[in-house]
Amino acid sequence: MGMTITEKIIAAHSEKDSVVPGEIVECRIDLALANDITAPLSIETFEKSGTKKVFNPSKIALIPDHFAPNKDIHSAIQCKIMREFAHKHGLELYFEIGRMGIEHALLPEQGLVLPGDVVIGADSHTCTYGALGAFSTGVGSTDLAAAWITGRIWFKVPKSLKFIYTGTLKPWVSGKDLILYTIGQIGVDGARYCAMEFAGDTVASLTMDDRFTMANMAIEAGAKNGIFVPDETTRKYVDERAKREYRLYTSDTDATYEKVYEFDVNDIEPQVALPHLPENVKPISELPEVKIDQVVIGSCTNGRLGDLRVAAQVLKGRKVNSNVRCIIIPATQNIYRKALEEGLIETFIDAQAIVSTPTCGPCLGGHMGILAPDERAVATTNRNFKGRMGHPTSEVYLASPAVAAASAVLGKIGSPDEL
Amino acid sequence: MKLKGRVWKFGSDVDTDAIIPARYLTTTDPEELAKHCMEDADPDFPGKVKAGDIIVADKNFGCGSSREHAPIAIKASGISCVIAHSFARIFYRNAFNMGLPILESPEAASDTETGDELEVNLDTGEIVNLTKGKRFKAHPIPTFMQELIQAGGLIPYVRLRTNRR
Repeated sequence: MGMTITEKIIAAHSEKDSVVPGEIVECRIDLALANDITAPLSIETFEKSGTKKVFNPSKIALIPDHFAPNKDIHSAIQCKIMREFAHKHGLELYFEIGRMGIEHALLPEQGLVLPGDVVIGADSHTCTYGALGAFSTGVGSTDLAAAWITGRIWFKVPKSLKFIYTGTLKPWVSGKDLILYTIGQIGVDGARYCAMEFAGDTVASLTMDDRFTMANMAIEAGAKNGIFVPDETTRKYVDERAKREYRLYTSDTDATYEKVYEFDVNDIEPQVALPHLPENVKPISELPEVKIDQVVIGSCTNGRLGDLRVAAQVLKGRKVNSNVRCIIIPATQNIYRKALEEGLIETFIDAQAIVSTPTCGPCLGGHMGILAPDERAVATTNRNFKGRMGHPTSEVYLASPAVAAASAVLGKIGSPDEL
Repeated sequence: MKLKGRVWKFGSDVDTDAIIPARYLTTTDPEELAKHCMEDADPDFPGKVKAGDIIVADKNFGCGSSREHAPIAIKASGISCVIAHSFARIFYRNAFNMGLPILESPEAASDTETGDELEVNLDTGEIVNLTKGKRFKAHPIPTFMQELIQAGGLIPYVRLRTNRR
């Protein structure tokens, strides 16, 4: 019987010829990452276990990105715990301020996650690397600590759902709109415990940045992982970065899918997820007038160079509305540098937006743009749960960089076509 | 093992930001986290929850982030068990790893209200609503997860495995 790409990667990492959904297997892992919120718990657990050494100091990545640069004394202590652990165990993949970026943008950019890998991270958006054709999923800090000890983790093999997108995207419609549309169709638990496999001719034409955005939000439908079968676009991206061998897997034509969804994208408009769930998705034309106080363009979902280029294209020669604070956060130092070289940063400053050093910051209501009671933000981030970006009565609307940038100018939610 | 407690009922898609908002994640101290447990879903919850109480919720409890601070906060707040129609994947694993008992029962979830008194048998999955006089059977805990619990959680389980090697 045929296997999906997810099943093949899991089988290869558990020394089996084949696996079936529901089977529990133990997988070798290629990379195990954590951030400044989740690593301290893993470290506590690791030390309590009495283990002296990690399984492999070159396969553990620690990235201070959530509350870093340290936002207060408590977060400074969390970062310090992580830094000291990294030094004590000689971890090669610890990224200090100045070298760090948002974890899920940084690791692929540095060629540290490759097609065919099994990656776990104590961060739910670890599913991002599925864009490369890797099996990657978020776990808790204790699961991660156990993997630091053994280099392995148990999984229940997920059922796969296939999402086939066909047709040509309208102007200003991006990977973000496709994934929001999909979550709107299936709901926040529509892919619970499943693998979401993205396919179809529309997907084949997407940039890597758009694919990262889509895989990133698979968790917002409850999925275990999101994944793309690698193609020439993937290979080109990876070959510029990889420092080790990698393997490209495909899904067999007779692989079994729990369900197949087919979406014609020709008529899809820019999408917006209304508070307080990522499934509350509407096409932008169906929104009433929604006045906003803040715009955030960044995060592990949409802080990549392609996202900043779109935002700059919209903001070029325009000014952010006087009632709006517009915060733009390049996801890594490299993206920041390239945005600078391409003149994007100048465009942002001219438009009276602010540009921050890489951080997850406002996405999870950490720092760098917290909302006051009843304030409203349009964000290119991934979650709009109650209180996500600040006060429990504040609201977050999720959208693409194009819509976020246009909204910053308009002072209300709108698309670039309204400018 | 049998538990008995008073119910706090929540709806669908209770996310980890509602269970423990990210603004409090600058610590890993269970007591500190418990002070803000479920705060964004019910601001009075930390003040009114008592040791042994039970959370009952509808579908997809614990969706969102992978933060283990969520089951830690719930456990430290005194909650003895969470029963839901269904759980989000990462929360489900984390709860077992933290030793927070959780049971899936769509029937119990839809037929239980805040204030009801429940008796829960973790070994058999039997749930009795003493207030309403109703009995429910939760989905059995997968064999592999039972092994994990028998070992005393994930880390003791891993220690067993590494010693054997």
